[in-house]
Amino acid sequence: MPGNRFNGFTNYGIGIGLRALHYDHILSRKPVVDWFEIISENFMIDGGRPLHILDQILEQYKVVQHGVSMYFGSAEKPNCEHLRRLKQLVKRTNTPWLSDHLCWGSVDGRYTHDLLPMPYTFEAAKLTAQKIRDVRDFLEVPIAVENVSSYAEYHASEMSEWEFLNEVVERADCGILLDVNNIYVSSRNHNFDPLTYINSVPADRVAQIHIAGHSKFQKYILDTHDHPVIDPVWKLYDRAIQRAGHTATLLEWDDSIPSFQEVHREALKANRFLAGKSLAVAV
Amino acid sequence: MKLRALQWAVARAVMQPLTRSERMQRKAPGGGRMSAYASRYIKPNDGLTSFERLEIYNRQYWFRVLGSLAEDFPGLRAVLGGRRFEATCKAYLTECPSRSFTLRNLGAQMETWLRQNPRWTSGRRVLALDMVRLEWADIEAFDGQANAPLRVDDLRDADAAKLQLGIQPYVQLLELHYPVDDLLLEVKHTSDTPDRASNAVHERRKHSKARAVAKLEPAQIFLAVHRLDFSVYFRRIEPEEFVLLNALRSGKTVERAIELAFRRSSIPAAGRAAFVQHSFQTWAALGWFCLPEGNAGGKKVRGERA
Repeated sequence: MPGNRFNGFTNYGIGIGLRALHYDHILSRKPVVDWFEIISENFMIDGGRPLHILDQILEQYKVVQHGVSMYFGSAEKPNCEHLRRLKQLVKRTNTPWLSDHLCWGSVDGRYTHDLLPMPYTFEAAKLTAQKIRDVRDFLEVPIAVENVSSYAEYHASEMSEWEFLNEVVERADCGILLDVNNIYVSSRNHNFDPLTYINSVPADRVAQIHIAGHSKFQKYILDTHDHPVIDPVWKLYDRAIQRAGHTATLLEWDDSIPSFQEVHREALKANRFLAGKSLAVAV
Repeated sequence: MKLRALQWAVARAVMQPLTRSERMQRKAPGGGRMSAYASRYIKPNDGLTSFERLEIYNRQYWFRVLGSLAEDFPGLRAVLGGRRFEATCKAYLTECPSRSFTLRNLGAQMETWLRQNPRWTSGRRVLALDMVRLEWADIEAFDGQANAPLRVDDLRDADAAKLQLGIQPYVQLLELHYPVDDLLLEVKHTSDTPDRASNAVHERRKHSKARAVAKLEPAQIFLAVHRLDFSVYFRRIEPEEFVLLNALRSGKTVERAIELAFRRSSIPAAGRAAFVQHSFQTWAALGWFCLPEGNAGGKKVRGERA
């Protein structure tokens, strides 16, 4: 199946995050990469080198936008300036879909710049879904929400995280950016079976998959994006692909970033699981 | 509990300053014990208490925002010293938390806040303010807007007496009391040097920065912080250039701007024409001219209104 309505019916393969450290390599060597994911906020500026680089990348590669501060789950209206700049960027990149996180991070216009976990309540699901709809209507591009890794749970929660995710995406009629590393991290921090999560996600809404590495501490796991992907995460990825079919996949590596070749090599390991998975079959 | 109330309560705890040992405070926002506060909202698990789970986010918040300011203001850090800089940033962020979706704007209020809170820069107030202004100008020049450069065609049919020229928005004009441009370049140079050695090298760098700050003598300078081929440059300019560029930016005609530039100038009258010609040639070559504000989409350079 060549994509779905949540990723603009595209058939993207394996991408990697566009990071400043790799600009020179990419522009001078022009490596073959299926697509790049950019952090939208890094390019929501008025001018200068970042936009100049982006324009060069756009000439040669497919680019998808991924945001970190829309805070669909914050109990306040989206920031107008944010939306205005994001729409400008969407027009520039022509991104086939746009993703951001299923989380909150701002209160009364004050930003934490973190991806704070949601209380899994029906009130929160309703509000979040409405905000996703509003943003999608304004930006005129399909939206996919990403499950975050978390280190805390609220007494107020009325359902599991995957039930909350389903509630939100059904109400918003939006896509899912399924981060299998985040599921693994949260499963270890909150003691649930990650396969239950993967098996509960509506496979036909998965627009994209994230894979990444993390760091293990004595009492919890932190989503640091600074290591290769570990085998248990690849197993979750395998299961996600079995259910969702051949899905656009992206490796995140944001700290202690190695060479471009190393990052790309790590991402291409996903091919082991993607081979032969051309049809999306909900299992 | 309503979503807004829950988020407000958690955000207050997350944004509350850490202790000196970088742990979450024992005292909750508004008083009471933080352990009780955390337990009200956060579930414990087998390995972590509610306090410890909330603390992960509290620490992440401060590490992220302090790291961002340290990256944006290495010069201020050199001026104040590491410990004082961190204390200053904590106080700043407590009073001026981020109100932007991007960390790029985190330091936008730093100059204003330092002016209102002189105790954080006491003894080095003027130097610190100069450095903050330069570092913020550096950020603005790096990714500020660039309008289409002025073309010869844009000047066709322009009335010389009413001629107005725009200055590119990314060009930042500063009047400073210390040569902080040299200091910032030195700080950045030492920070960029590949770190492949030992603590001894780190100590040498620290002392070299401290020496550079200590020996900096006051000297009025005028600076244009601009970019060329997408790299930011600090260009020293003459006071007359500073006045002229500011006058053009504020919408004065070229004729009026030149008048203002030489009002208190020590440049002899005989040399002024050459000075102006050279200045305009240089600025044009650097791409600093554009259509005046409000006429960016127009075809001709406008005349000043009476």
